[in-house]
Amino acid sequence: MNPYMTYPAKIKKIEKHTDIDYTFYIEKIFDVREGQFFQVSIPKHGEAPISISTFDDETIELTIRRVGIVTDEIFNKTVGDYIYLRGPYGNYFDVEKYFGRDLVIISGGTGLAPVKGVVKYFAENRDKVNSIKLISGFKSSKDILFRDDFKDWEDKIDCILTIDREEEDWDGHVGFVTDYAKNLDTSNLDNLRVIMVGPPPMMKFTGIELNKIGIEDENITVSFERKMSCGIGKCGHCRIDETYVCLEGPIFDYKQGKKLID
Amino acid sequence: MGYKMGLKEFDKIFEILSQDYEIYGPKTIEKAGRFSDTNNIRYEKISSIEELEYKEKSLFSPKDVLFPVNETMFNIEGEKLKEIEEEDKKYLIFLRSCDLNAIDRLDNMFLKNGNIEDNYYKKKRQNTKFILMECIESYLNCFCVSMNTNKADNYSMGIKLANDEIYLEIKDKEFDDLFKGCEKENYTVKFIEENQHKVEVPNIEDIKLELFNDEMWEAYDRCIGCGRCNFSCPTCTCFTTTDIYYDENKTKGERRRTWASCHVDGFSDMAGGHSFRQNTGSRMRYKVMHKIYNYKKRFGENMCVGCGRCDDRCPEYISYAKCINLVTEKTREEA
Repeated sequence: MNPYMTYPAKIKKIEKHTDIDYTFYIEKIFDVREGQFFQVSIPKHGEAPISISTFDDETIELTIRRVGIVTDEIFNKTVGDYIYLRGPYGNYFDVEKYFGRDLVIISGGTGLAPVKGVVKYFAENRDKVNSIKLISGFKSSKDILFRDDFKDWEDKIDCILTIDREEEDWDGHVGFVTDYAKNLDTSNLDNLRVIMVGPPPMMKFTGIELNKIGIEDENITVSFERKMSCGIGKCGHCRIDETYVCLEGPIFDYKQGKKLID
Repeated sequence: MGYKMGLKEFDKIFEILSQDYEIYGPKTIEKAGRFSDTNNIRYEKISSIEELEYKEKSLFSPKDVLFPVNETMFNIEGEKLKEIEEEDKKYLIFLRSCDLNAIDRLDNMFLKNGNIEDNYYKKKRQNTKFILMECIESYLNCFCVSMNTNKADNYSMGIKLANDEIYLEIKDKEFDDLFKGCEKENYTVKFIEENQHKVEVPNIEDIKLELFNDEMWEAYDRCIGCGRCNFSCPTCTCFTTTDIYYDENKTKGERRRTWASCHVDGFSDMAGGHSFRQNTGSRMRYKVMHKIYNYKKRFGENMCVGCGRCDDRCPEYISYAKCINLVTEKTREEA
């Protein structure tokens, strides 16, 4: 068995969010869980780790930002073409952990993609949590992902969609996610659980704000992004201390995640 | 069983072994060293005992026999990955005790980590046997005794070359027949018991999180990030995969992997521009703590085998061995 072998998955639909962020709807050729990732490749151009945003029985959604050689090639593909997968790799968000809880999901930019499966699950199964709030920040209105999904979620869950700076024609929320994190309702602190996903500085400063209002690290879950060449604990790129993000992550209890020093 | 014979006589046995095995050993490459008129010593296929560089320490480790600098993982036709079809080869590798201990570290990474076996490594590893070269003396920068890697026992043959004669210890029954009728000698491999350099490894319980942010690492910002330490290290296993296509025929290409270095720019670069460890001092911390701490927490032994090649090779004359001692000192101060 060659663990590096890849398998073709047909592109069923492409949704354009911004000039550089598309969601590729592909055939579901593997069983997956929320928060896992694939090594996605276009042979002759390379491989890259891409997180799974959501899935159903037949389709997996991969939200991809065009930022390099591999993703350039993926963006050249159209419906009916194939992309190549191996995986899924890594641990996953255990949705059952949040049953009955007051769940807050905080995302920065494309960090919404790996946690989108959890948002979708609870939007569809609203009665499984006591309350759910999504705080999702983007640099500007041009960078917003999943606009259609937000419309759907807004009816079902408490959504704060915010952009970093004021813009003309924007009457929504403005400010960093940290500004909203510090004002979370902590009246039922013991029941509060937080998932935060985003760039390393965003997670660091959000973590500080959450701690300040009394939320303990063990009640916070994070998802890490790192460079990877293999996804199976061999290439060494994603190692932090004695932890391999591809094996023990990408999802970490913040109590552990905070102690990982790159 | 032990034997003694002349080098010419041994070469006849070498020839018989060559029929079944590809035989690798350290070899002197004239004028291929880092300065003009200096030699390089690296692992190459050898065809006689004369070619084996026995006296000097090799600048590179045997790891590239099992884990080549560049390795084709797949041939690509169109968008299809084709497995590499290669005949099963058997390998014999001449190496020293530190490097034999290093094979155990490679096994942990390639065969055990994540409970997934790397098929490319495994294919070579399962067909490999080792010939241990007795160290007559401890070389510059060696600290195997400190790392408990001065001894080894999982070798098929042990050898010593002295006065144009070869002394042999045959442990593997497979090779017994080859030596029938040869002059017997009461020889077993002797191990180095003391190095000039002594290194004290910290107790893993004494390592505090603060040490990772200690100012001691700033002194290593003088590292120029060339990666020589990683590439000469017998236990570094990191690699990067890359796809290529041929200029002459763009429908065909390869997926390859190449050694990677945690000291070299780009090691942690992610799509979108994020990266970690901008300062080379923090890269030194990342490597050193892996070799003597993080790996041990994961696998129960130190990754470093004390061969000292990193210190032999560093163009900035940074001493990794001294750095370990400094870490140990620091843990004492804090305790």
